[in-house]
Amino acid sequence: MKALLLAAAALIAAPLSAETIAITGGTVALGDGSAPIQGGTVVVTNGRVTAAGAGVAVPAGARVIDAKGKWVTPGIVGGITSFGIEDVQGVSETNDSRARNTPFSAAIDVSDSLDPDAQNLGVERTGGVTRAFVAANAGNTIFGGQGALLTLAAGADPLVKARAFQYVELGEDSFRVGGGTRLAAYALLRAAMAAAKNPALASDLAKDSLVTRADAAALVPVLEGKVPLLVHVERASDILRVLGLKKEYPGLRLVLVGVSEGWRVAPAIAAAHVPVMVGLVDLPAAFETLSATQSNAGRMAKAGVQIAVTTIDTTGGGPQQKNLTQVAGNLVALNKVDGATGLTWSQALAAITSAPAAVMGYGDYGALKAGAHGDVVVWDQDPLELGSAPVAVFIDGVQQPLTNRHTRLRDRYAVPQEGVLPKAYER
Amino acid sequence: MSKTFLLALTSVFALSACATAPAEKPKSASSSAPKAALPWTTDPFPSTYHAYPGVPTLVTNVTILDGEGGKIVGGQVLFADGKIVAVGQTVQAPSDTKVIDGAGKYVTPGVIDIHSHLGDYPSPQVQALSDGNEATAPTTPEVWAEHSVWPQDPGFSRALANGGVTTLQILPGSANLMGGRSVVLKNVYARTTQGMKFPGAMYGLKMACGENPKRVYGSKGREPSTRMGNIAVDRMTWAKAAEYKRRWDKYENSGGEAPSRDIAMDTLAGVLDGKILVQNHCYRADEMANVIDMSKEFGYHVSAFHHGVEAYKIADLLKANDICAAVWADWYGFKMESYDGIEENLAILQRAGTCAMIHSDDENGIQRLNQEVAKARAAGRRMGIDIPDEVAVQWMTLNPAKALHIDGVTGSLKPGKMADVVLWNGNPFSVYTRPEMVWIDGALLYDMHNPKLRPVSDFELGQPGEGDVK
Repeated sequence: MKALLLAAAALIAAPLSAETIAITGGTVALGDGSAPIQGGTVVVTNGRVTAAGAGVAVPAGARVIDAKGKWVTPGIVGGITSFGIEDVQGVSETNDSRARNTPFSAAIDVSDSLDPDAQNLGVERTGGVTRAFVAANAGNTIFGGQGALLTLAAGADPLVKARAFQYVELGEDSFRVGGGTRLAAYALLRAAMAAAKNPALASDLAKDSLVTRADAAALVPVLEGKVPLLVHVERASDILRVLGLKKEYPGLRLVLVGVSEGWRVAPAIAAAHVPVMVGLVDLPAAFETLSATQSNAGRMAKAGVQIAVTTIDTTGGGPQQKNLTQVAGNLVALNKVDGATGLTWSQALAAITSAPAAVMGYGDYGALKAGAHGDVVVWDQDPLELGSAPVAVFIDGVQQPLTNRHTRLRDRYAVPQEGVLPKAYER
Repeated sequence: MSKTFLLALTSVFALSACATAPAEKPKSASSSAPKAALPWTTDPFPSTYHAYPGVPTLVTNVTILDGEGGKIVGGQVLFADGKIVAVGQTVQAPSDTKVIDGAGKYVTPGVIDIHSHLGDYPSPQVQALSDGNEATAPTTPEVWAEHSVWPQDPGFSRALANGGVTTLQILPGSANLMGGRSVVLKNVYARTTQGMKFPGAMYGLKMACGENPKRVYGSKGREPSTRMGNIAVDRMTWAKAAEYKRRWDKYENSGGEAPSRDIAMDTLAGVLDGKILVQNHCYRADEMANVIDMSKEFGYHVSAFHHGVEAYKIADLLKANDICAAVWADWYGFKMESYDGIEENLAILQRAGTCAMIHSDDENGIQRLNQEVAKARAAGRRMGIDIPDEVAVQWMTLNPAKALHIDGVTGSLKPGKMADVVLWNGNPFSVYTRPEMVWIDGALLYDMHNPKLRPVSDFELGQPGEGDVK
């Protein structure tokens, strides 16, 4: 038992790799929106990318990984996820993503409960996801609380940056948690911001005010623009209203999430220099998404809006950021449909690698450029294609295992019949 | 409904690999008075669907995945009068046939989704339109999904234009052990649900195992609150149904006073009589095995297990019992009973020779079933199970048709079958491919290049985004 604990401790303390790795001969996509480079090289030293592109020399002593016939990209960066705070969504004991019975809201800090053993981290890593932003859902007010940036590296502390952003609902979802109407949600938002400016307006508990002292304190860095405020909003008019918040609170760094009707007000979003995180939705799932179209991302990009792509509301069956490659591929496919606007292949890849990191203010993730974190995926084919899969994944320059609970089940049941002994003995 | 068509359907049952031939109807003994038909054999809400006009069409120079397991490169498909006429390298076409150059493109049968809630959980997802679960009693075989289907659901148009879906089964939800009857629809908008009903298709009974019924009723402090409660309530209900059917059979054979009608029992007796298919939501391998034994106890057959995320663990058992598995490609971990969902599920089932298929259960997923097939196929390939295009396509065409017992009339490009056809602008298993044209019964109902052929439901008329590409 002691030995096991020690081994676990060693895993948690896994150091960054001092190894120098050169991935050579592959089709290299830098993830910055530029076209893929045939026969490119990516060099990672001490956990950071030191060079990437054509004509890059392989440093002496580097471990060379031959990627001929393969594709090399930055790792996928998950937009808004529940990684690490949820193992089985429907099993409440494992699910820290929504607190309904607490006086606290903006003060909630997801970094307090990150679980590196949640099985989805391994599954997603095997699918090429290397980083993710994690947010709690708004539980009892419009605020979801303080989100974090995660690494999906095996055996590592998943936390990269705590209290990286604040999350707020200002669309239809605020009905549920914001007092019953959008109007009440805005009243609550203003009260919270006022309390952040003047702590005397808050109370220790929520008896006298909806905003506790702890919540107000958590909003101070939001007001000061030190962390972005992610606003979930869908309807065109709601988007304009949120953009107007910058007049009331000039320090705000807004990032809009969802934004299904963004294409209708794209020039205003672009003019406000507010980035967006969008999904692949095309149904009027709510009255706030009446004009949803898969062309939303493409139309906004064309209008000059900075876009990142997430899987919000696009797939059932749990949050699967590994399917972001599929979503991105769909956005490319749109270009062939009359009247539709898609993304170029390079834009689409950037939208799921560098862009999610950039809109959150993390320019050194998700792109193969000197100085960036050494998060690199080698794929067996075009990564946006449905048949593709990673053959090697590096996070901070450390090669990751490509096994997980699912691959173990696959191996156990490759032949479903029991053998000499029950399946429980096959491992 | 034409008599010919009904006969065609009947012959299908015997051929269908997934199917159990319906039980022999008891021979009517001589009786004194004319009797009413067995109440579960008639449809008081008959289909009024009719095929829309089409023109004789020949797609040339195209890669054909015919759904029968065949692949023809640079081939031709001819359909006319709503039916497939010929498929081959070259086929004879009359001079007035419309010719479409399919160079670089693929033709497949129309996509079939065996598990959808379009119409009964439509968009917008507001409470006023939420009609999928009659979650007021654990067994509600008396409810029929078609009475909840809102034919103006915008989702039908997305399934057509983005997914090439031509046929879909709408099921009640899974709150109940016996959720009610399903309905099979042609994916053609109509003013009424009857106008969408697939002519001649059998009804299904939606059943559910596992977490949902025990959670819904356990939380109300009533049975079932456990999995053993689930099976107990099922068996008690089947026992009643057997008794109900016995009374009707006796009446039919011996005459006398007709038994009282029980609308709930009609559905279950229809199952026991082989006239209604069982479509059983069931995730876990051990629960599927329990259901199989229960079905033998009461003499019915499960047509397909839906959401069978653990079907791969018992692929051999499913095959031995001639039961299909309808699954997702990669959903897992959203509830305890989906914890062991793996992407290789479909491939392992295929290798075992089990009737397997993709399904959506989702208004977004139904738009990309071809992509879900592609992912599942690729997962298989990575573990050494190589499934070619012409077999993979059956996961979204012929196999769901079999599990719905409509494979005699649709699900493949066999001459004489309905001309339910998708022309894809590339390989359907590439992410870069979209449906280019979709025909249903030979009528061109979607054309990527023609904005007039983008259906707009009443709900979307006059709204922002009306008629936009979606």
